[in-house]
Amino acid sequence: MIYFRLILTNLGRHGIRTVISVAGIAFSVAAMLTVVTVLQGAIGMFSGILSSGSELIVFERNVSDLFFSDVPASAASQIAHWPMVAHADPVLFGVVSSADHPIITCFGITADDARIRDAVWIAGDRTQFGQVRDGVVLGERAAEFLNASPGSVVPMGHAYFHVVGILRTKNGFEDGGVFMPLDTARSFFHKEGSSVVTIKLHKKDDIPAFKRQVKQSFPNLIGLEDTEFSRSYSQFKILKATAWAVGGCGLALGGLGVANTMIMSVFTRIREIAILRVNGFSNGQIAAVIFGEASIVSVVGAVVGLSIGTCALYGLKLVPALHGYVDVTLRPGLMLIVVVLALLTGIAGALYPSVYAMRIRAVEALRFE
Amino acid sequence: MIALAHPPNSGNIVIRASDVWKSYDKGAITVLKGVDFEAVAGQTVALCGPSGCGKSTLLHLIGGLDLADQGSVFVNGIEVNRNRNMVDFLRHEVGFVFQLHNLIADLTLEENCLLPATAAGMDRHVARERLMQLAQRTGLEHRLGHRIQKLSGGERQRTALCRALMNGAKILLADEPTGSLDERTSAAVFDLLLDLARTEGITLLMATHDRGLASTCDRLVEMRDGRIHEC
Repeated sequence: MIYFRLILTNLGRHGIRTVISVAGIAFSVAAMLTVVTVLQGAIGMFSGILSSGSELIVFERNVSDLFFSDVPASAASQIAHWPMVAHADPVLFGVVSSADHPIITCFGITADDARIRDAVWIAGDRTQFGQVRDGVVLGERAAEFLNASPGSVVPMGHAYFHVVGILRTKNGFEDGGVFMPLDTARSFFHKEGSSVVTIKLHKKDDIPAFKRQVKQSFPNLIGLEDTEFSRSYSQFKILKATAWAVGGCGLALGGLGVANTMIMSVFTRIREIAILRVNGFSNGQIAAVIFGEASIVSVVGAVVGLSIGTCALYGLKLVPALHGYVDVTLRPGLMLIVVVLALLTGIAGALYPSVYAMRIRAVEALRFE
Repeated sequence: MIALAHPPNSGNIVIRASDVWKSYDKGAITVLKGVDFEAVAGQTVALCGPSGCGKSTLLHLIGGLDLADQGSVFVNGIEVNRNRNMVDFLRHEVGFVFQLHNLIADLTLEENCLLPATAAGMDRHVARERLMQLAQRTGLEHRLGHRIQKLSGGERQRTALCRALMNGAKILLADEPTGSLDERTSAAVFDLLLDLARTEGITLLMATHDRGLASTCDRLVEMRDGRIHEC
């Protein structure tokens, strides 16, 4: 109880300084939470594109980006006929440009693809997809920014396409994309195969056998489960690392703020620490007071930061331009990691002040009254 | 010639300083020049002498707050700062009272007094009982919840006395405990100090300028120029 009083008393003595430290940690935590959540959301959405109605993905081995992957049409066709395979949907990814919109993701798919099957059709219907060679279906957001409706002709790249339908998906990337019949896409992007083949098996138990068969039949292709792919795909790894690095830098700055506060706090009460020492406080007990202060600053900062970060994420979700792109699902695991990191940062910030406090010699501090 | 300050009566020697030297500023200022001193259990000893003669330094060395350059200081038969857990020593064997009370201003009287008990891990109920006992003896029981800023000088010094005795230390080192008080308050605090020391069997070693008050102690030891002269 006395420990707690000492800690609170010390924090309360320099309220403004304490508040600034808490704010430093809070903004760092908010930044980390926002950046990591947004990027993880983006990764989740991209994974969602791949795992739409499937549990496995087949692509070219050792490609740095799926846009460069080339799965031969013959391979996709063979895989589709394996007895264990329920669905094998080849997907060709490409990027097209339109006036004012230099990057629009294009999905070359078959009419049987889960994206077409499972989407909510706002205009047009599934039967029209693939009937016309230059007929495309737009995601809801793409239709908005291209100002297109069924029957419109939209210029993309060097060609013009007729809009035959508009659909809505939960995925921001898909919602802002263009769905082309696979053959049209192959012709448009001058490719013969597809970027990936998404696979649904009759039985999940066959996954290992499927992966083995891909390896044996097509040595330059690889079959991975969706979760496995998300973990191993280098682009995702880079994004995740970037998110944590940016967040970590923010937190390190917050930690420096805590260190500064704690150093000032110790320097301004050398005499008080000497009094504690004369009254039998051990080095560990004195350090516990300093670490206690840093921990409170960090934990309060983390809680405030989580609140700010959550509000910021919901704010981003409300921005129309980001609709569907920001997944604000707050993961308890992530929140726990952020709080623990904030706490560790605070403790690290209190290390030097604690050592300094432990070295204070009571006799010197008390001599000059 | 070094004068040895022998205790006037034979008994259990609890403090012994032998040929203690102490200097500051890399030897530029020598404060203690071969001090020999002994005190027996339960004795009240006044250390008198002009400012800078080494009274406080001697108290700090006995209390383990500082190290002698040469010589040795024994308390309860064990050499201070050598072969001894100094944290336990400060918690249980000695108590300090300073001229400026050295209380933590933002805490209450009760919280200040409970600091040594907290450091020693004393049971809360036992600590509170002890505090109530001391507060009654020092007339502070009605001020327990008050912050130090709200207390008078005499009350602050009495609080410091309570704190020093919280863990039942049998040696009390008082460095000019009445130095910042007016004459009347000073006499009251001094009487309390002696009364507590005598009734609880505490060895009191007190540095003071006030010869009148010092004369009421069992022994008066004069310090001059870093040496001790028994009066």
